[in-house]
Amino acid sequence: MLHFVLNDRVNNVIDEDWILRVDHLYKHFGPTCADCHQLTGPTQGRSHCPRCGTVWACVDVNLQLAKGEVLGIVGESGSGKSTLLQMIHLAVQPDRGHIWYRANGETAHDLTTLNRYEARLFRNTHLGIVYQRPELGLNMRFSIGGNVAEKLLLAEWRHFGRIRARTTELMVKTELPPERIDDEPPTFSGGMLQRVQIAKALASRPAILLLDEITSGLDVSVQARILDLLRRIQWEDRITMLLVSHDLGVVRQLARRTIVMKNGHIVEAGLTDQILEDPQHPYTQLLVSSAL
Amino acid sequence: MMVNESADQLYNFALLDEDAKREIRRSLLKAVALPGHLIPFASRDLPIARGWGTGGLQITLSIITPDDTLKVIDQGDDESVNAVNLRRLIHRTTGVATTTDTPAASLIQTRHRIPEEPLRADQILVLQVPMADPLRWVEPSLERAITMHGETDYGKMWVYLYESVVRAGDLRIASQYPVIVNHRYMMDTTPIPRWDVPKLHMAETLYLFGAGREKRIYAVPPHTPVEPLQFEDYPFRTEYRPGQRCARCGAENTFLTSHFVADANGGRWEMTCSDVAFCAKRQGEQRDR
Repeated sequence: MLHFVLNDRVNNVIDEDWILRVDHLYKHFGPTCADCHQLTGPTQGRSHCPRCGTVWACVDVNLQLAKGEVLGIVGESGSGKSTLLQMIHLAVQPDRGHIWYRANGETAHDLTTLNRYEARLFRNTHLGIVYQRPELGLNMRFSIGGNVAEKLLLAEWRHFGRIRARTTELMVKTELPPERIDDEPPTFSGGMLQRVQIAKALASRPAILLLDEITSGLDVSVQARILDLLRRIQWEDRITMLLVSHDLGVVRQLARRTIVMKNGHIVEAGLTDQILEDPQHPYTQLLVSSAL
Repeated sequence: MMVNESADQLYNFALLDEDAKREIRRSLLKAVALPGHLIPFASRDLPIARGWGTGGLQITLSIITPDDTLKVIDQGDDESVNAVNLRRLIHRTTGVATTTDTPAASLIQTRHRIPEEPLRADQILVLQVPMADPLRWVEPSLERAITMHGETDYGKMWVYLYESVVRAGDLRIASQYPVIVNHRYMMDTTPIPRWDVPKLHMAETLYLFGAGREKRIYAVPPHTPVEPLQFEDYPFRTEYRPGQRCARCGAENTFLTSHFVADANGGRWEMTCSDVAFCAKRQGEQRDR
């Protein structure tokens, strides 16, 4: 984190020790026209082109993720932060740009070149994701144990006893009652389901954990306990996290570094404290002043 | 065009028109080339209802030749209503010889069972399939299931197996046991019992599966590895019970079904061979001795 160059707050460059690097990523939905780029963006205050109706979800997005760090992405609804996360999760194919992944000083791989089969393998082994809505991440017809085991089974675990042991271990780690391993998701509360999602995401020991608005819709005390849990996991496993949220409080508690997105563009980036104490971009100033 | 003097001349040989047969044969070639993969086909109308073996029947009708000897089984029995009527239909439109003796048959159409007697390389077994896709249990959307097959995304099916162990304490799947064919595609062994699943592995015989209602054909060619899904500590097991014995022929290594036998005291349940022709053959041999 010390490699961070303070006077270059938009292009936050860390040259060494990065695990994930996003280079000039673009994603749009619609036909596009010649005036799209002039008519959209944070200065125009819109991401859809009034002439052709194209939505520009991500425009020239650059970021680097150092190993073991937590990076927050904040922005209002429709700012493109979830699309960015989905592209990193290899669920949405970008129009242009590269997503480089480098594990343990190996050579970097461009994840945008993977075919669907390779992308699925990469997702299963290197990424874990937690969604805002548990229905997206969990199969409501399988038991809690089955849901967590799915990741292990995909990673070719074929010993039932060992799968049970690992699942129980993960439940203890995420503060879930292990005796409820065979219960079905609808019998759990919202906060517990987020823990189940976290347990599932951690099952295959991923290098990067993607968190998409995980505490939205939970009450404040449950929210605080989930954040405590994530902080503890981050401390114990040194896991790299990408945290998407519209809540500055959540980002402040977990992320050392933060990126602010508006209308598909990164408008500001830097250390979280710095952004919250001394916001430079008018939108960030608005965001900080409107919080609390 | 094939002609047989003893066939009913009102119909084309083997009932179906030649274009229909050619289309099914093309699908069969694809199915053999991609073992275990579901191949769509047109599935014509037939004079029997969907669900009564139209898939198997269309395969049989499109590959049968005048020199074939045919055997038809339903629930292991050559004399059940379904088997008798299918055999009569095929015989009437082709004039081929029929038999109940497994080694004497060159083409066997079956539902629920693979015969007990070992099959040879010059025989073909055609299975009538009710449900073609193993992912049906975990993925209701056909389109998504096709993608999952394409990406070998079988995690959900493994969770289904995991849940089976959690709920029943063992891999309690009576029929439709999922297998991996040729280390690639997951295939439903529908409708055969677990007993018959090992017979598919590295077999001498060509196995063809036809699902008429679902309009799918698939195949297990000879010498193809077929591995049942299992856990290291919960291995795949057949229905075999130590000490089991057929009440009629005394065979100790066959798939048994229970029959009710009425007598003066009201009756009792008896375990007998499911493969009726095989059982009768053994009983005949015992009488001759």
